[in-house]
Amino acid sequence: MMRPASRPAHTLAVLGWWLLAISLLVVLIIGLLELIPIFRHRGSTLADTPLVNTPPSTRWIIIGVVLTGFTLIGTFAYSMVVMGETVSPDGQPALTIEIVGHRWWWEARYPRTRSSGSFTTANELHIPVGVPVRLQVASADVIHSFWIPRLHGKIDVIPGVRNQFWIRADSAGRYRGQCAEYCGLQHSNMAVYVTAESADRFRSWLAAQSRPAVVPPDGEAARGVHRFMETCALCHTVRGTEASGVIGPDLTHVASRATIAGGELTNNRGNLAGWVVNAPSLKPGTLMPRIDLEPSELRAVVSYLETLR
Amino acid sequence: MATVAERLATVWEPPRSVYSTLASVDHKVIGKRYLATAFVFLIAGGLEAAVIRAQLTHSNEHLLSPEAYNQLFTMHGLTMIFWYAFPILSGFSNYFFPLMIGSRDMAYPRMNAFSYWCFLFSGVFLYTGYAVGLGPDRGWFAYAPLTERLYAPGINMDFYTLALIFLTISGTVGSINFIVTAFKLRAPGMSLGRLPLFMYGTLTASFSIIFALPSLSVACVFLYLDRKFGTHFFDPVGGGSAILWQHLFWIFGHPWVYIVVLPALSFVSMIVPTFARRPIVGYTWNVLGVVMTGVIGFGVWAHHMFATGLSPMAMSFFSAGSMTVVIPSAISIFVWLATIWQGRVVLTTSMLFALGFIFLFVIGGVSGVVTAATPFDWTITDTYFVVAHIHYVLVGINLFPVIAAFYYWLPKMTGRMLSERLGKWNFWVMFLSFNLGFFPMHISGLLGMPRRIFTYPAGVGWDTVNLITSIGSYIFAIGVLLFVINFFWSLFNGPPAGDNPWDASSLEWATSSPPPPYNFEVIPTIGSRDPLWEERLGMGRRSSLRRGPTLAGSGKETLQTSTLDGEPVAILRMPEDSIWPFIVSLALLAAFYGLVTSVWGLALAGGVLTLVGVHGWLWPSRTAVEA
Repeated sequence: MMRPASRPAHTLAVLGWWLLAISLLVVLIIGLLELIPIFRHRGSTLADTPLVNTPPSTRWIIIGVVLTGFTLIGTFAYSMVVMGETVSPDGQPALTIEIVGHRWWWEARYPRTRSSGSFTTANELHIPVGVPVRLQVASADVIHSFWIPRLHGKIDVIPGVRNQFWIRADSAGRYRGQCAEYCGLQHSNMAVYVTAESADRFRSWLAAQSRPAVVPPDGEAARGVHRFMETCALCHTVRGTEASGVIGPDLTHVASRATIAGGELTNNRGNLAGWVVNAPSLKPGTLMPRIDLEPSELRAVVSYLETLR
Repeated sequence: MATVAERLATVWEPPRSVYSTLASVDHKVIGKRYLATAFVFLIAGGLEAAVIRAQLTHSNEHLLSPEAYNQLFTMHGLTMIFWYAFPILSGFSNYFFPLMIGSRDMAYPRMNAFSYWCFLFSGVFLYTGYAVGLGPDRGWFAYAPLTERLYAPGINMDFYTLALIFLTISGTVGSINFIVTAFKLRAPGMSLGRLPLFMYGTLTASFSIIFALPSLSVACVFLYLDRKFGTHFFDPVGGGSAILWQHLFWIFGHPWVYIVVLPALSFVSMIVPTFARRPIVGYTWNVLGVVMTGVIGFGVWAHHMFATGLSPMAMSFFSAGSMTVVIPSAISIFVWLATIWQGRVVLTTSMLFALGFIFLFVIGGVSGVVTAATPFDWTITDTYFVVAHIHYVLVGINLFPVIAAFYYWLPKMTGRMLSERLGKWNFWVMFLSFNLGFFPMHISGLLGMPRRIFTYPAGVGWDTVNLITSIGSYIFAIGVLLFVINFFWSLFNGPPAGDNPWDASSLEWATSSPPPPYNFEVIPTIGSRDPLWEERLGMGRRSSLRRGPTLAGSGKETLQTSTLDGEPVAILRMPEDSIWPFIVSLALLAAFYGLVTSVWGLALAGGVLTLVGVHGWLWPSRTAVEA
């Protein structure tokens, strides 16, 4: 509700502020209705306060309930109008992104466009600013919930269910979200970032991401390729190489991402090295296993990863 | 010749022994056990919450491992929602049902004992899992498929399913007992229109339980089969449905919310008139409101699932249902307000808690409306906003009335008053710290903080609100401690209460404090809603509390009356104490231990022993044959 950055989020926020205003008003009125008689007709002790024997009047009960009813009908009608406005995209979606929830990271599959091929990335989405983007969500394991608070509400990501949702961003920026449905040990470390940018920059991002990885010609990184293919390729894909595992995130352009480990760690050389060699100590429960590497091998693998821009 | 009281005492008062402790079927003994046990669970759940709040006080805290945290928040939810919130209400209902309707016991005293033992042992069972490090760790809501063996390989979640199945036995048995007692054992003349409002809350909740609990039991049985025997009820890969769990769970789960608040509301409906010094205004309205809540409560469950991709048509239906359920709650609120306006308020501790409750009820109610507004729910569901809402509901609408009820009725149970001075401190500390701690949770939710996270990064702006929440909840714990201190102070130093310390109008105040094992020397005859006030209200003496049938024969007897009008129908022979309910529950406990550990021999032995125990239970006693 705070700082909406899109039309649907703004519509929801306005609804939220109204609900808050009505709620405060109701609490205030009932609070006063409770306090006034306490101060007006108060007895000091039970012994000094004789029973009141006036005939009961239920008129104000009826009036109160009827007023409550009208308030509720108004609230309901308004919220249904808002639902109509926000449940489906408010225009032709610029593209459809497939989102797949995993324990504990997000996979994003971008479709082929006129200027770029289809590709898969993880945890960091880019979208063009000012247009709706359709999301097709699916789960690889348990239930997750996709949510970028400043862009729209949530959609649950349920195995066996194909849910659709949409987001849009009306100003450029980087928006944080995180899984909202409890999904096990590392539910807390399952963030996702959406970068909204101009159509031009978005197109060039698409083009860059859809290109296969460049194989490093020589040096430390080239030595890392071999070790990578031996071990990491079982679970990870690097397009343009023989690495085509599908258990972990696509690493074709991992170096272009700002974070790793489902948003838990900043993407820098130290964190990468720590993650590669002993992910479970950084994120207990992660499916990424400990990898036994000689220090020189580790340096080589990390150097290779750093070339994947 | 012995007096009536002496003759009744010979029949109803068992000699004190270990056997009679385990075999007692006295509703007052069972009621007190329920209250004490549920309160222990409240303390346990509170301690779990204290550790949780320590972990969340600031960002990137590493006090707890993720696994420890997940077990803690799951145990906190389970303990509070299942082993505290409803049993504590059952405790009051058990103790006061017969006293309020002029009966000598519940309709099925042995079932009553059985219900308590199942409650206790299911809790012991659950905590065995936690004690050996295998506590449930998938949330009290346990969404599949995260709970399936593939994603939760330990037996943690088997403790969950089996403990709940065990507990539902207790709840179902108890509810049947409440319903039959309220309908069949009322004093002559107590027509349904003269039934104390206290009874309607528990009565409605009992009907809801009978319809809602099977859904939970079935879901738990399915999940147990999935986990132990490889069925695929909730496994989408094997052709099952993950969303089926949510439907089954919430068809039970939302009525459960009303089950744990309706009896509490009805406590307040007893307390408010006493301290507003007048009969309740809008008795019939209140009854209608309570019953309507119970009924409509079954048509709102999918508002827990607004983000699961339901069709807009379905969402609008459940949104409308959820808004409609506010109407009967509003009726209750306006009934209390009208009673206060048309009476003269005496601010005792009990009344302060009741008034504080009304205020918190309104906050919990309006935040409920906010979550019922479907599109806005997409932004707040699964955030701390809902955590705030559920705590305003469960603490505000359950714990506050419960503490009010303790201040009101403990003098009847123990015969001693609590300290009013400490009580007022107790109220203000609890009321202020509750709002200090739990109101900011709304804000952390609006700031985007999801539920059930064991930590959060710095820089997302959730540190300050969480610090305030932690501070508030620790002060709140001190508030609860003040109550405990007051209770023990009163046990030893409290001034004697006398029969009717609050000058209240209902029947439980017509007998001594604490009441004798047979409750009333004379089965009273009832002629109005406020039998103890009727003369002073100018109605004349309509009820007869001192003269009437004594049923002081050779065995335990009470009167059965007709369902609507309370006309005498028959004299019922009540069962003697029995050890069998205890043995049967113990056998079930053994069976559940067998089921959870896959030691099938133990499960089978427990099952056989259960059957044997039921035979022992039903075996006609010599005295019954002679009589």
